Amino acid sequence: MNHTVMQILLAGVVVLPLIGALAALLPAPPGLKGRNPDQAVLRHGVTVTGVVLAASIALAAGFDHGDPARMQAQTDISWIPALGIRIHLGIDGISLPLLVLTALLTFLCALYSYFKMPAGPSPKAFVALILVLESGTLATFAVLDLMLFFLAFEMVLIPMYFLINRWGGENRQYAAWKFILYTLLGSVVMLLGLLLIGLKSGTFDMVALATDNGPKSQLSHTVQLVAVLAIGVGLAVKAPMWPLHSWLPDAHTAAPTVGSVLLAGVLLKMGTYGFVRIALPIAPDGMHTFAPYLAAFAAVGIVYGSLACLALARRGAKGDLKRLIAYSSVGHMGFVLLGIASMTPTGINGALFANIAHGLITGLLFFLVGALKDRYGTTDLDRLAGRTGAALYGRAPRFGGLLAFGAIASLGLPGLAGFWGEMLAMFGAFKPADGLSRPAFLTFMVLAGLGTLLTAAYLLVVVRRVCMGSKETAEQEALAATPEEGATAGVTPGPAASTTAATAPTAVKEKAPAIPDIAPYEYVAWTPLAALTVLAGLWPAALLGLSDPAVQNLLGGGS
Amino acid sequence: MMTVLAASAGSAAAGGTATHAAGGVTSLVQSVDWLAIAPPTLAAVFALIVLVADLFLSERRKPLLGWISVLGLVLAGLSLLPLLKGDRTTFCLTARPEVCSYEADHFALVVQLLVLGGALLTALLSVNPIKDEKLPGGEFWFLLLSSAAGAALLPASRDLATLVIALEVASLPAFALVGIRRGDRLSSEAALKFFLSSVTATAVMLLGVSFVYAATGSMHLAQVAEALTQPDPRLDVLAKAGVALTLVGFAFKTAAAPFHFWVPDTYVGAPLPVAAYLSVVGKAVGFSGLIVVTVKAFPSYSDVWGPVLAVLAALTMTVGNVAALRQRPDRAHSAVRLLAWSSVGQAGYLLVPIASAAYSDDAAHAIGSTVAYALMYAAVNLGAFAVAALVARTHPGNRIADYRGLYAAHPVYALALGFFLLCLAGLPPGIIGLFAKVTVFSAAVDAGLAWLAVVMAVNVVIALYYYLQWTAVLFRAPEGASEGAPEGEVRPARPRIPAPLATAVGLTALVGIALSGAPQLVLRFASGALL
Repeated sequence: MNHTVMQILLAGVVVLPLIGALAALLPAPPGLKGRNPDQAVLRHGVTVTGVVLAASIALAAGFDHGDPARMQAQTDISWIPALGIRIHLGIDGISLPLLVLTALLTFLCALYSYFKMPAGPSPKAFVALILVLESGTLATFAVLDLMLFFLAFEMVLIPMYFLINRWGGENRQYAAWKFILYTLLGSVVMLLGLLLIGLKSGTFDMVALATDNGPKSQLSHTVQLVAVLAIGVGLAVKAPMWPLHSWLPDAHTAAPTVGSVLLAGVLLKMGTYGFVRIALPIAPDGMHTFAPYLAAFAAVGIVYGSLACLALARRGAKGDLKRLIAYSSVGHMGFVLLGIASMTPTGINGALFANIAHGLITGLLFFLVGALKDRYGTTDLDRLAGRTGAALYGRAPRFGGLLAFGAIASLGLPGLAGFWGEMLAMFGAFKPADGLSRPAFLTFMVLAGLGTLLTAAYLLVVVRRVCMGSKETAEQEALAATPEEGATAGVTPGPAASTTAATAPTAVKEKAPAIPDIAPYEYVAWTPLAALTVLAGLWPAALLGLSDPAVQNLLGGGS
Repeated sequence: MMTVLAASAGSAAAGGTATHAAGGVTSLVQSVDWLAIAPPTLAAVFALIVLVADLFLSERRKPLLGWISVLGLVLAGLSLLPLLKGDRTTFCLTARPEVCSYEADHFALVVQLLVLGGALLTALLSVNPIKDEKLPGGEFWFLLLSSAAGAALLPASRDLATLVIALEVASLPAFALVGIRRGDRLSSEAALKFFLSSVTATAVMLLGVSFVYAATGSMHLAQVAEALTQPDPRLDVLAKAGVALTLVGFAFKTAAAPFHFWVPDTYVGAPLPVAAYLSVVGKAVGFSGLIVVTVKAFPSYSDVWGPVLAVLAALTMTVGNVAALRQRPDRAHSAVRLLAWSSVGQAGYLLVPIASAAYSDDAAHAIGSTVAYALMYAAVNLGAFAVAALVARTHPGNRIADYRGLYAAHPVYALALGFFLLCLAGLPPGIIGLFAKVTVFSAAVDAGLAWLAVVMAVNVVIALYYYLQWTAVLFRAPEGASEGAPEGEVRPARPRIPAPLATAVGLTALVGIALSGAPQLVLRFASGALL
């Protein structure tokens, strides 16, 4: 495709959501009023994100797949000469998949919200915030200037804060504050690191900085150390790396479904992307020094995340499913960080792959858990499962099946997306870059391996408790727990249901609440994720072929 | 009146030293470049016009005074245009024409723009309160214009006498402005507190100035700087003490800790527009004075004032932000209190580049960061005060809790206030706030003041917390909305918004948005040579 078209497409992908956000706040023009203002604005959200998705797919189609290491669709305009800040956009094999993933997930979220708007204030602000969030995330992956990267990095905070604070569940205000304070503290430190690089090298341009004989040569070892430390803290909070992760479970638990999906699916990726795009190529010496520590934290995070999940999955632990998936994210992002810390092409490719895979799978899982909450009114594993299990297979077979699929994909079953990234990350750790202590990395790899076992264990426990179990018992318990909901039931009652009539004195006493199976709009929102999970699992080369040359280029110090 | 006196006194002082220097041989008459001194002079002339016109206007016609003042400020602002080249000087020594008492260089012009713009917005904010609260209009406008004239004179003055006089011309009317609500105990108390502490600071500063004069034998900053490069070793201590004491007066105006304690009570006691004026123009007076004396007069003593200012900056921002953090939203006047404390915190950021100027070879660059930051701060802080003035019309208590549901009542104004607060916090969409902070950070990092940068980073996060909390309040559902008929409750309490107030909010928002789109407009001062 023509270079100008590509430029316009990339700029449009970043700017369109912003314009859309402004437009969402204005009253709908005549002819687009829809059934009511709420419906009109939600439809507007779907349209804008749809257009952005289409543009990003066109961008992917027009991308020169023969040379993914080259920055393509570049725009480079001077913006603030006083600070040497340029509007420099461009994509390569590393950012393209993330860009498309973001556009896809946001579109699916907008679509999902069109049918299932989370409880809270007006959808107008909701749509505007989602669009600003999308713009910020897309910009993070598309900009090639350190200051713009920071700007985009910050841009997502306010919308996410309000999404959690206004449309969230229990404890949402506390969770929203914790989220924003953690990330702000991290990003202010990161700003200092970025400034240090910019001032010492004389440029904020990431491409120029990544080349070996460019301005980077101005950075002394000490500067690189301080810069990586400062930038790393900011990125590690976002990623999140153990022990800076504690905002994540709270934020996820409180966030509305689409908030969780975007948070896990896209926002966390900004942290790991920053490591690959900034820390690795621009300050390789500093990164080399800190890599073992990063790997150690990553390995601890993997084990810690899965142990926390195991504890939550236990019977009687009152574990919240959303919280559990949030902790599992800590573990999964641990693999990504481990891959990056190995500083080898294998490990980093694995990390990038795991990034995408985690976005797809965890996005799907959060959708499913959100839907579960809509159906049951709770995500408390104990209340869901009761004594024998929630028996989703029996009560809503397709829903149960998809949940099991998500869980299995998440534990890294070969043939699904979760497998390749984590395996490559561990391969990377098996043979880390020259100069990194091999025994240490072998230990981390063993820890990570242990983590995969634990991951498998808790996810199977979850599947066992949520999907399996006796349908009859589950219905009885549901009836006993929420007698008044029986009125809305439309399912044939089990034979044992009549025995609970005494505890359910309402009019319709013999029916347990029905668990609706997957609705058509849910199919539409979830199928792409499931399909891509399978596709990425069966044909990993599609992604790795894109990222590998770009990674080689970054590690080799560019051209 | 006072200002004209000031100008003539300044020239008299200059003339006096001229006699000294020239030994009475050359002509004693200095030529005056009226165009160069037009900005402060116009403001002073209009102050007199307003004062006289007040005597002849009937009670019904009094609002006219406000518009005369606005006109005067606009004209004074326009008179900056012919000076844009920044090469005008006047009141120069007849013997040494390069030593002048008044220099309209770029730095002076930018600060004059800030001062006159700030005064203009204050005037717009004041039109309605004067009518509603029955404040004495003639006096108010006279005092405001006089103070603005002094503040506009200050950044251009290049000798210690003119500096002190400009500072006093800017401050003395401000005391009266703070106490202008007759019969209001809070207002008089605030004025007294402000007056006493300010006078003490001025006295200390005068002592410092006299020490400097004693040590160097000159009032002109250029000559002071020359003399201080090789001071008489016997007078070294005297000179050092003089430098330190001179800074105190300006530190007080900037409300730098530990000279900040007057701020919250004064802001709360003063009429809201006056508080806005103090927070922007008062600070501009302080920091421009600091810049002028440190960079112009005492560059060779940077090892004295550099660390002092760095510590002051760190202390100021920490004290201001921590106190702002502790404001409870349901306390009376908490909104103004929060703005007051946050302005103390912001003063800390303004000091950072001045402190950095001591450590870097490129002082002009560092100073430019302060100027750029101050321009951003002036626009958005006045905007925040404008919206606060709007809310104060329906909620005289002006608690932060009163801002709840502002979005439901006045969506545009709520969005504007949200934008101003995020600019102050330095978060997108307040892009200009973010990049202004970046320039300040880079000045500190550039000068090797890494510890100050880290302190500032922590402070930025603290400040984010309370700004964001306030922003969040704006968008919450109005109180009692859930208990039915929210519209019916909101409507009657929604009076028409007066045009001057709307203009003020509109102007500041426009400036903020324009700067966010093209930060280069102000940030270029951070890269170019201002002094």
